[in-house]
Amino acid sequence: MRIALFLACFNDTFFPSTGRAVVELLERLGHEVEFPLEQTCCGQMHANSGYEYEAASLARRFESVFGDHHVVVSPSASCVGFVREATALGPRVFELTELLVDTLGVEDVGASFPHRVTYHPTCHGLRGLRLGDRPLRLLRAVRGIELVELPRAEECCGFGGTFAVKNAEVSSAMLADKLDSIVSTGASVCAAGDNSCLMHIGGGLRRVGAAARPLHLAEILAARE
Amino acid sequence: MTTSFPDRARGALRDRQLRRNLEHATTTIREKRARAVEEVPDWEALRTAGAAMKDEALASLADRLEELEARVQERGGVVHWARDAAEANGIVADLVEAAGASEVVKVKSLTTDEIGLNDALAARGIAAVETDLAELIVQLAGDEPSHILVPAIHKNRDQIRELFERTLGLGPLTDDPAALTGAARTYLRERFLRARVGISGANFAVAETGTICVVESEGNGRMCTTLPETLITIVGIEKVVPRLADLGVFLQLLPRSSTAERMNPYTSLWTGVHPGDGPRVFHLVLLDNGRTRALADAVGRQTLRCIRCSACLNVCPVYARTGGHAYGSVYPGPIGAILTPFLVGIDRAPSLPYASSLCGACADVCPVRIDIPRVLVHLRGRTAKPAAEGTSMRLLARAFGDRGRFERAQRLALAGRRIPGAGALPGPLRAWTRSRELPVAPHESFRDWWRRERG
Repeated sequence: MRIALFLACFNDTFFPSTGRAVVELLERLGHEVEFPLEQTCCGQMHANSGYEYEAASLARRFESVFGDHHVVVSPSASCVGFVREATALGPRVFELTELLVDTLGVEDVGASFPHRVTYHPTCHGLRGLRLGDRPLRLLRAVRGIELVELPRAEECCGFGGTFAVKNAEVSSAMLADKLDSIVSTGASVCAAGDNSCLMHIGGGLRRVGAAARPLHLAEILAARE
Repeated sequence: MTTSFPDRARGALRDRQLRRNLEHATTTIREKRARAVEEVPDWEALRTAGAAMKDEALASLADRLEELEARVQERGGVVHWARDAAEANGIVADLVEAAGASEVVKVKSLTTDEIGLNDALAARGIAAVETDLAELIVQLAGDEPSHILVPAIHKNRDQIRELFERTLGLGPLTDDPAALTGAARTYLRERFLRARVGISGANFAVAETGTICVVESEGNGRMCTTLPETLITIVGIEKVVPRLADLGVFLQLLPRSSTAERMNPYTSLWTGVHPGDGPRVFHLVLLDNGRTRALADAVGRQTLRCIRCSACLNVCPVYARTGGHAYGSVYPGPIGAILTPFLVGIDRAPSLPYASSLCGACADVCPVRIDIPRVLVHLRGRTAKPAAEGTSMRLLARAFGDRGRFERAQRLALAGRRIPGAGALPGPLRAWTRSRELPVAPHESFRDWWRRERG
């Protein structure tokens, strides 16, 4: 299948390893990945911050960039959520775990990752896209993985885009509780499907000197350790 | 509101006792609610029906209100219309004076808290006695409620024992709940029996029949609505439901969402006055106080569906850390963050739409399907932004609008190893790094790798 990668500007710039993982994973499963270089930002950040005009114009731009692609995948639940609401291309844009489990019908992607991992379901994946147990089904099929349940997993980590800046102290209080939960699992890796939340969680983990490191789910699914 | 949400939240965030009280209380209610909802097989259909009934009433609100007025008048009640808090308070104070009373007993009512009725009555020499146990605690403490349903959620048993010993004049008490409620009962019973005027809000007002509905847990409300000669009910215009039968839906949605009960202990319904039974005089005050501002807003209108169950507070990770006072309004939590800006005007509550991480937990539990995150984002679009933020957001949008500009900005960001645009925001990096490290930027963007490897 020909699949267009909508990586999200944030990943393109700061988390290229996630993009490479998606490419490697889909190619390993026998699919052809395209990356339309015209893609920039879908407008989610502007929309959530109250800049409707700018958001709408970026959403139109997204439509023109991906309009000719029939299957679009993204390793960002929050961007997929926005694109579904704000553009006409919604039905053909899939979050990575939706594409794998629903469209491609695969749960064992042939990955091997011998580490103790806990999974944080991000708000946009959990309540926005209703990903359910798709990410966990994919993770359970990874060889060597030791998956440990995260206490109070469904609670927000406190990132929330500009919330982390405008309400920094409330955000930090939420983060502190999330870090406690992660540390309590004894995991060496905290996985999630959104690098924005992971940047916030990872920044907190490093600040408190925790052993766990943040890692996008795609990078575990691509791993052959 | 002169201070912002982050400023008001600061004190609460540092009050460890408050955070413990809140976390314990909200976790307990949250889990109980989930169990109460799980056992209803058609819960999702009930939510849809509740939302539709409210929307139906709101779509022809003026007609429904006149229908309600006519039915109440036919049954011997008197209807008053109040544009704002001052008008409503003036009407009520005049009525209490006309009844020759200097003390009134009150049913727990958010609407009367919203308009500051107790203070307005005090200014006219009338003492208002709160009879809901938690409201009484808050009143005796000279405090403000911090939760819609559990106004004293921020206080624990020991704090309440100390307060009662100091204010009720009933001698030393233990912190046994039965002893504490017993003391409150002794204090309140005397006031119920001597009151000549009772004041209530309403959970629902039925247009078709003119029936008012109040639900409560203690029975103290019913004492207020049945014992005094005069009953004055103040109701926000959004509380109207079209038909009596609609209560069949709302009386399932409300108790399970708020107290996690299958049915609330006391449901009082009355229509006008009845000779020889209950109050001899009934006044209904219909209150706008900013509600028509929400009604006029196509996205914000759904805010008026709210039945004040407080389920959204109990699941909100922000409310759990800040408590209710940070919202600067009698309506705290997610619903307060969207309702208050309509009631007082967005310019007077510009920080509230940002008091959320948009996690969506509130929308999932709302019994009338208010899409709170959507309304929050909509309201954010209507707040005045700091100039520096506006400039950097527009610059970012411009960079994103063109591939060449985006790639140049991207290289610049990676060369400087920082987030583009962030430097232009007022102090955001400082706010970020107070509790988090910045990520280490990569040496190469994804698209540079792609062009090299796959291009």
